[in-house]
Amino acid sequence: MTSNQLTPGIVAGRLGAAEYARNFADIAPRLDSHEARVAADRCYFCHDAPCMTACPTTIDIPLFIRQIATGTPEAAARTIFSQNILGGMCARVCPTEQLCEEVCVRKVAEGKPVEIGRLQRFATDSLMGQGVHPFQRAEPTGKSVAVVGAGPAGLSAAHRLAIKGHDVVIYDARPKAGGLNEYGIASYKAPDDFAQAEVDWLLKIGGIAVRNGKSLGNGLSLEGLRKDHDAVVLAFGLAGVNALRAEGEALGNVLDAVDFIATLRQQPDRAKLPVGRDVVVIGGGMTAVDAAVQSKLLGAENVTIVYRRGQERMSASAHEQEHAASVGVRIIHNAAPVKVHGNGSAREVEFAYTEDGPGGLTLKGETFRLKADQVMKAIGQILEGTPDGLEIEGGKIAVTGAGRTSLPDVWAAGDCASGGEDLTVTAVAEGRDAAEDIHASLMG
Amino acid sequence: MADLTTNFIGIKSPNPFWLASAPPTDKEYNVRRAFEAGWGGVVWKTLGAEGPPVVNVNGPRYGAIWGADRRLLGLNNIELITDRPLQTNLDEIRRVKRDWPDRALVISLMVPCDEESWKDILHRIEDTGADGVELNFGCPHGMSERGMGSAVGQVPEYIEMVARWVKQYSHMPCIVKLTPNITDIRKPAEAAKRGGADAVSLINTINSITSVNLDSFAPEPTIDGKGAHGGYCGPAVKPIALSMVSEIARHAETRGLPISGIGGVTTWRDAAEFMALGAGNVQVCTAAMTYGFKVVQEMISGLSQYMDEKGMTATSDLIGRAVPNVTDWNQLNLNYVTKAQIDQDLCIKCGRCYAACEDTSHQAIAMSDDRTFTVKDEECVACNLCIDVCPVENCITMRPLAKGEVDPRTGKTVGDYANWTTHPNNPMAMKAAE
Repeated sequence: MTSNQLTPGIVAGRLGAAEYARNFADIAPRLDSHEARVAADRCYFCHDAPCMTACPTTIDIPLFIRQIATGTPEAAARTIFSQNILGGMCARVCPTEQLCEEVCVRKVAEGKPVEIGRLQRFATDSLMGQGVHPFQRAEPTGKSVAVVGAGPAGLSAAHRLAIKGHDVVIYDARPKAGGLNEYGIASYKAPDDFAQAEVDWLLKIGGIAVRNGKSLGNGLSLEGLRKDHDAVVLAFGLAGVNALRAEGEALGNVLDAVDFIATLRQQPDRAKLPVGRDVVVIGGGMTAVDAAVQSKLLGAENVTIVYRRGQERMSASAHEQEHAASVGVRIIHNAAPVKVHGNGSAREVEFAYTEDGPGGLTLKGETFRLKADQVMKAIGQILEGTPDGLEIEGGKIAVTGAGRTSLPDVWAAGDCASGGEDLTVTAVAEGRDAAEDIHASLMG
Repeated sequence: MADLTTNFIGIKSPNPFWLASAPPTDKEYNVRRAFEAGWGGVVWKTLGAEGPPVVNVNGPRYGAIWGADRRLLGLNNIELITDRPLQTNLDEIRRVKRDWPDRALVISLMVPCDEESWKDILHRIEDTGADGVELNFGCPHGMSERGMGSAVGQVPEYIEMVARWVKQYSHMPCIVKLTPNITDIRKPAEAAKRGGADAVSLINTINSITSVNLDSFAPEPTIDGKGAHGGYCGPAVKPIALSMVSEIARHAETRGLPISGIGGVTTWRDAAEFMALGAGNVQVCTAAMTYGFKVVQEMISGLSQYMDEKGMTATSDLIGRAVPNVTDWNQLNLNYVTKAQIDQDLCIKCGRCYAACEDTSHQAIAMSDDRTFTVKDEECVACNLCIDVCPVENCITMRPLAKGEVDPRTGKTVGDYANWTTHPNNPMAMKAAE
């Protein structure tokens, strides 16, 4: 090992193999069957259960937990997948502490919710591990639907359409399907190439063709898709990244956090991934936390997240923030970048303290600087490459009802569509619901 | 500190916790460990007649059912009486009793149902120093097919006959152990008393199949693809045992007959309940088999604390305390009216009370959009199901209506005590003299 955590600059191999393996291992390993039964036994099987209401895909959580408790995790998995075909990934990445587990009556009563996320993983892993795909296609309808984007929303829509007997073609800009599941989440949340395994498993339904390397404006046009297919689902997410709007943003080693995360996900040999000794991540969401934590896990000495508002406004969950703190990431609140200093490449970032008043955010006079070999921007993604002719609302494709856009045969779902919370699970729900609406509309 | 010593039909022990006749009391090694752990007495595992000992199966002899986290709730066994030579047991009993004179040591017996066999075995155990005998008329498997165990216990005339022999040929205090596999527990108890037995102990195990293997389609425990019913015990049987003990305690013919309570005693509280229903002491097996002998220390400390808190100085203050309150249904006060009430501060809004009441009872719980659950007094029959299914202790309670209050369900004013025997709907109602 030639480098270590103190090696200046941006270098690879700061840690030993054992440390990389430990740092990037499954963060919440699958429960064994006894643990699952004990965890399942805590569920009260609530009437009209709050957890089910809180789930964006409305999974029948009490039922699937009871199915685990009675020794039939495969049946539990069917319960989950019937509402959420990406229930495997959602079990890993859902902010359950803000959704189902937050409203679990045992959380309310004693501060310790039923471990719904981990139980969901136990169930979904059981069935997926057997290579069983639990659904069959209906008789072919002769209808064809194009889905643009192979992320959670697109995959969910495609699967539901395929179940109904429609032929589906998914187009995706990237070399692999999966969208943010494949490129956008922290490695330790879905190790062992789970995202691709899930896509392969999902496609077993049949009737879905995936065309990679194609996006609107790059080999595809909305007009062409509308002509060739009976309906179109737009689910291409948010490809653009917000700018810092601070001086020095163009300096070297000022990068988009999403790109850093994507690179990391595609390189299984962590020792080959360079990271700075001092890393500064700007933003307050999950992307900021994922980038910061993984920088630390790659061996950066100092990693700091700087968020312009107070902690209560951070969109990263308390659980995510705690995780960041536990690996040694420092989080500074109420400071905004004013300048990236450096000579060719970033060397320091200068921040001004902020005040979040009734009139909005204002910069205070006092500033401070942080050393930074790498500066990662994680201040939100924006819609990019939207074809003409679609109404836009709040920077996203305007939709009404189950993802209906302003064009009669075009639906939108996931992060690119208006509304929703930009979560994997929300995208899955929107894709599924759009598919149901398309089916009703095509067969009506 | 409360005095836990008991004198049960003349047999003294430092506390009322005895180990029942069962695997834990099969030999000297175990019994010594039990006494070291603090058990007040043991009933030595059942001895049979002189001759080749019985043999046990060589595959699994226990089956179980479990609650959450694999907590053992019920145990079933197909083990027979001791399979060790009679003389070995007798020698060990003598040695143990010599070293532990302050502990109760009772010998369980089961021999063929003829006078000579009983006379012989009683003679053989005479000089062991044991404090008494317990006649095993309860074992429901294996031995019963040979005309012993519950095959005797199910015929009151046999019980009486054997008890009489035992009292005739032995000076020892005699306990008759009863099988619950009958329709009326009072009949064998009466027979034991008629035969001169000093006490009864109950319950022995209940005929049972704990589970069926759904791959091999054989009952568990399975011996080479087949299973036979076993005897069921453990926490799951306690309610059955309590009821049977209470029946004997309050029955006119058997009232006052000393009872050794058996059946699912797991904690001091279980023991106290048996004693309150008339048991002079308790016998324990499954709890020891599940957790080891040390459990007795919790039983001792718990019972002692409880008695201190209640101002009871001796176990006699507790024994039988609840018997007067066990009655027949037709004596229950039909003018006692209660209504469930839900403590909104304790409610965690799981809605189980609502589901239970709405689906399976009287539609007496309302649910609001914000998941507030309230009792509809005009529908509530006070069945208690909501309380039983509520996961929060004391969240739902029953409020008795005061005399003079109007029951919103019936529109009737709560009156004085009145039971079914005088109720107008009862065709057999006893009319007051005009």
